[in-house]
Amino acid sequence: MRYVKDVALVIRSKNAGPFELTFDLMFPNAEIYEEVKSRITKSKIAKLYKIDESKVLSIVHFAPANAIKITIERPRASGDLGETDVYGAQQHAPLYELTY
Amino acid sequence: MEVLRILSPTAILGYGFPVSSFKAGLDREPHVIAVDAGSTDPGPFYLGSGQSFTQRSAVMRDLEYMVAAVLERNIPLIIGSAGGSGAKPHVDWNVSIVENVLRKLKLTAKIAVIYSDIDQKFLIEQLKLGRVRPLGPVKELAEEEILKSTNLVAQMGQEPIIEALRQGAQIIIAGRAYDPSVFAALPVLKGFDLALSLHLGKILECAAIAADPGSGSDCVFGYLAKDHFVLEALNPERQCTRLSVAAHTLYEKSDPYSLPGPGGSLNLRKTVFQELPGGKVKVSGTAFIPTEKYFVKLEGAALSGYSTICVAGVRDPVMIEQVDSIILEVKKRVADNFKDMADYHLHVRCYGKNGVMGALEPFPNPAHELCLIIDVVASTQDVADTICSFTRSTLLHYGYPNRKSTAGNLAFPYSPSDISVGAVYRFNIYHLLEVDNPTSLFPLYIRRTTL
Repeated sequence: MRYVKDVALVIRSKNAGPFELTFDLMFPNAEIYEEVKSRITKSKIAKLYKIDESKVLSIVHFAPANAIKITIERPRASGDLGETDVYGAQQHAPLYELTY
Repeated sequence: MEVLRILSPTAILGYGFPVSSFKAGLDREPHVIAVDAGSTDPGPFYLGSGQSFTQRSAVMRDLEYMVAAVLERNIPLIIGSAGGSGAKPHVDWNVSIVENVLRKLKLTAKIAVIYSDIDQKFLIEQLKLGRVRPLGPVKELAEEEILKSTNLVAQMGQEPIIEALRQGAQIIIAGRAYDPSVFAALPVLKGFDLALSLHLGKILECAAIAADPGSGSDCVFGYLAKDHFVLEALNPERQCTRLSVAAHTLYEKSDPYSLPGPGGSLNLRKTVFQELPGGKVKVSGTAFIPTEKYFVKLEGAALSGYSTICVAGVRDPVMIEQVDSIILEVKKRVADNFKDMADYHLHVRCYGKNGVMGALEPFPNPAHELCLIIDVVASTQDVADTICSFTRSTLLHYGYPNRKSTAGNLAFPYSPSDISVGAVYRFNIYHLLEVDNPTSLFPLYIRRTTL
């Protein structure tokens, strides 16, 4: 079992508009990117964030940046009652536990 | 024109830039200086309240350089999503700063102001005609939400800005605008490829965030040719790399291959990013796929209520062990004491445990010290103040099981301990509106300023 954090250059989160949260995993080269990309699944992400798989809206592979993009539904619209992270910039930490 | 040159001074008007980078940009003889001033990132407060998330003096500082530069060179300055959210109060705020700058420089200019506010009655009619649809994981729009919005804007494409350029405006202050549109307007007017113009704009709108190392407060330069564009960082400490530019395409988007905007989407399936010597990147192959009907994005915010908060630390290990159940019990006591005041929302944040991620937190293990924030939103400031104050005093003296520290449970860093925050808002409209004409929603006013 290997950790994505050990091979990724970038692990980040950010709002994609006020209703979605998007995560980017970027890798140093095409080889590592190719190796990891098919192993990151909606079910793994759902389990990590303890959310229903239907809330994982998409996983997109973007070869020009050796990147995997994962988008989930925000727990609430940005800034709604109970908000914890208006910009969504610190929601990526569980991805340090992601394995492939 | 073979190559059109665009200077993007900063990621957000008011975020600043080094003067040396800006001058390096001017040395390259830009045909236009354009800057995006807006974002929904800072949350619903700014759209809802009509305030800017940047400070007047910071915006003024940036504009002094830009206004002087464009008038001296007789090139246009285009500002999009003025005042941060682009509603009328934001636009008027930005216009007043531009007028101040002009007075200070003892110059006059032909300025264009383009509003992007949507009339509530008009939108209700459009809703009834079935011309409104949700954008992403959002509920269908309801008439009552339209009526609740305190500010309601639509995101313009490049078309209204092109009209202002046609009419000879030197400084264009646009309301809510699709970020790339301020960069794409002049190229599209001059007959450059729409897809490349928009894609270049998409990268330039965040200025040096697309460079390596990235920065939101530094300049980037774009060269647009017939079949490609080139990006160049203007600060010798940064460069544009294939990865930094391609990676930027991912930023704040859910799908990097298809970037939707007014009238259609950019398609990046065949885009090629190519590194050139000298820290430049060449981009080609991007396509624009128009939608059958023209849609603009609507953004609205409504009042959530009035907020009061209180910040307090906890260091007692016995209390930390039970913090969740203690908070729950305190909430019950508050509810019991104010049975007639049901219209409040009480939330106690627990930093050091799950303050950053809330329910998404996979490891809610408490640290040796916690920061609690009592957070109340209510229908009036008085109710919010009352509930916050009562929660604070109840939590301070709450006798939890096995308690040894009987003098008080909380460490307050501040006196006064409670802060009345004022009105808070929520995004209540994030939908698409079908329009017949890309310019009809965005009235344009042109005038020459006086000294």
